[in-house]
Amino acid sequence: MVESEGGTLSKNCSEDLFKGLARAPHNLIEALRKVQAVYGYLPPEGIKLAANYVGVPFAQAYSVATFYHQYSLEPIGKYRILVCMGTACHLSGNSLNIEFLRNVLGLKQGQKTTRDRLFSVEEARCFGCCGLAPVIVVQKPDGSNEIIGRANPRSLRATLERYRRLEAGEKK
Amino acid sequence: MSCWSLLDRCCEKCSCTLNNPCSNFIDCRITGPLCHDDEQCRELRTRRFEELRYGETGSKIRVPIASCTLATGSEAVYNAIREAVGKMRLKVTVTITGCHGLDFIDPWVEFTAKDMPTAIYGNVKPGDVPKLIEDYFIKRDVSKAFVLRDRKGTAAGEDKVPLLEELDFWRKQYKWVSRNCGFVNPESLEEYIANGGYKGLSRALKEGPERVIDEILRSGLRGRGGAGFPTGIKWRIARQQSATPKYVVANADEGDPGAFMNRLLAESDPFRIVEGLTIAGYTVGASQGYIFVRAEKPLMARRFQIAVEEARRHGLLGKNILNSGFDFDIEVILSAGAFVCGEETAMLAAIEGKRAWPRQRPPYPAERGLWNKPTVINNVETLAHAATIMAEGANKFTEVGTEKTKGTKMFCVTGSVQRVGAYEVPVGTSIRCLVEELAGGAMGNCKIKAVQIGGPSGGCIPANLLDLPIDYETLQSAGAIMGSGGIVVISDENCMVDVAKFFLTFTSAESCGKCVPCRVGLRVMWNILNKITNGEGSEEDIDTLRQLAETVRTSSLCALGGTAPNPVLSTLRYFMDEYKAHIKDRVCPAYVCSALIKYRINEESCIACRQCALNCPVNAIFRVEESGKYRIDEKACISCGVCFTVCPVKAISKVSASG
Repeated sequence: MVESEGGTLSKNCSEDLFKGLARAPHNLIEALRKVQAVYGYLPPEGIKLAANYVGVPFAQAYSVATFYHQYSLEPIGKYRILVCMGTACHLSGNSLNIEFLRNVLGLKQGQKTTRDRLFSVEEARCFGCCGLAPVIVVQKPDGSNEIIGRANPRSLRATLERYRRLEAGEKK
Repeated sequence: MSCWSLLDRCCEKCSCTLNNPCSNFIDCRITGPLCHDDEQCRELRTRRFEELRYGETGSKIRVPIASCTLATGSEAVYNAIREAVGKMRLKVTVTITGCHGLDFIDPWVEFTAKDMPTAIYGNVKPGDVPKLIEDYFIKRDVSKAFVLRDRKGTAAGEDKVPLLEELDFWRKQYKWVSRNCGFVNPESLEEYIANGGYKGLSRALKEGPERVIDEILRSGLRGRGGAGFPTGIKWRIARQQSATPKYVVANADEGDPGAFMNRLLAESDPFRIVEGLTIAGYTVGASQGYIFVRAEKPLMARRFQIAVEEARRHGLLGKNILNSGFDFDIEVILSAGAFVCGEETAMLAAIEGKRAWPRQRPPYPAERGLWNKPTVINNVETLAHAATIMAEGANKFTEVGTEKTKGTKMFCVTGSVQRVGAYEVPVGTSIRCLVEELAGGAMGNCKIKAVQIGGPSGGCIPANLLDLPIDYETLQSAGAIMGSGGIVVISDENCMVDVAKFFLTFTSAESCGKCVPCRVGLRVMWNILNKITNGEGSEEDIDTLRQLAETVRTSSLCALGGTAPNPVLSTLRYFMDEYKAHIKDRVCPAYVCSALIKYRINEESCIACRQCALNCPVNAIFRVEESGKYRIDEKACISCGVCFTVCPVKAISKVSASG
């Protein structure tokens, strides 16, 4: 049994979580990805589950979890805003766009998620859609993406408003 | 309507089963039947080729579903087409395809019918769809098309639309590995084989590994991932190793910002890469292959996964491939995201489930790689080349290219150009040809100041050297590298010191942290550049930068650190005047570095639309009561530039903060 914040996770649960994945150390990266898909981030007990499943020490799993930038060790926003920092996007205005987003969302230095956990703003590596530079991708909770091409402060403000309205509608 | 596919048996006389094809399976699909003579079976094939080309009903619509076109809304266009075809009760086959690499016409669609010229429509919106379909299929009018693939003299407006092969951006390309991109359905093994696919593997299995190595050596193929190591030699070294098992790995961790040719190739023609990897596996004696895909490109991984499953289902992966006794399988691995994974030893660590830390070479992976066993790692474009060379022959490949580097290379041209896209040209083509003739030159009123080639490991080449031919050696002597093939065009609106700083922001964040020169050296170099762009630089900083760059370049463990100083060194070499302006005059000549500029609203052109004030993140813009126009409070302004970009009438200008 593994203790977790919201109760306990039985051994069966970890079998379900990693279904189809061989119990081999080289599957650690995939196992962590599955944990993140369920929790939305990597909590310590999730890393432990993955480590136990593939058979590596917790320390090794933690070192891998902190290395790759697709993993997040802290909870992230419902809408994850990824700002492409590729060359074409940088040159055409994404450095300005990310500052703008951080400013309007009131994010302090080192903070990537808003206090209401609605939005996260992160730098991302080139998506390979340079024809649309500057590109910003919004990862939605259902796993789908909205790609915003030729982004500028005005279109970004409109996008944030749209998601806020959507959210307000859902709460009602 | 037939359900028979080229991959099926033509009649009872054929001895193949779905998962156990005979050694002549591939040739038999196209020129067969080979094991028996039957006019009907031959006709079955001919009819199927027609169907693949024009659809089962004689008319076909192709919609590109790739990352670049999806981003511009091709999925909505696809749905609109399905809906319109259904509503109009047309007998038209609608299918997906990959991408041509012509990003500037995304999303495009292609209409074809047996008795009509094939037409491509550019920048299509879902709302345009019903009209376009009506024009083409009912009114037989192609006048709104962007280009035609052929002329048949059967449609209205044909003479008003240019032919694709007449236009510079197509005519000057040499489509070798990208020949299928935007033509075939990337999820259909049948279409790949119908277009000459798997001929290379079929030939390799008949001729034996030694002959494959000879053929690849004769072609002079060099790695297209950047380093340019001869592929034949790499394969021979791995083949000669006695340790077993051996592995082959396709490097699909395309991480250079501004480079997407691998993604395009893999999303549009994944079977070519799967075939190339299978040939590599056969040649070196491996029974397991891996395709390592970059985390940011999930569609590429999905297409690879489909290709691998299809190949396995049809006996082109698995046990006893094409009855040759060769067993081979492929696993697709999605990275968790780290730029350093593109370095081969780091990638191997990632496949083993560890932190992607590079290690000292030698021993090279061809001797000791994955789990310390001989491993060949090839870039996906290299593997696609290998498959094509085996199918078409080395002689055809060596028809173009330079003395030292034969064949073609795909380049992505992005940044301030008219026609952003991926283009395949012979090695040795000049930068000018790519940037001006293919990509259409600078955007708007800008002028090209420099081109950045080779991503964070490459360098900036100034506009006066645009006539240099692109090959490994020439670019290296000019301070850049060919790299994976990303070319970013930098205009006079960009600051070169800022560009150098941008690349160091990237490489210092992506440094894996294992060795000191890269981890600390790049950080210190970034600090100096940051000082300079803030207008706090001094003359000595230039010497310190040079010294540090040299240390990082020579003493880093892997190529990430070894090449990371290139953007700084090349800008110091060609754009010293810009560094001097920042240091001596405290001025950014391109008005980019925010600490050195301020913004001003020209009250005469201001139309008082309030956009600037609404969007200012620090409320530094206020209304002047007398005129009703707006003005910037310079004390509160943080020079972020938001007002400058949102102003609809360009009433805001940049001026030097010092002046």
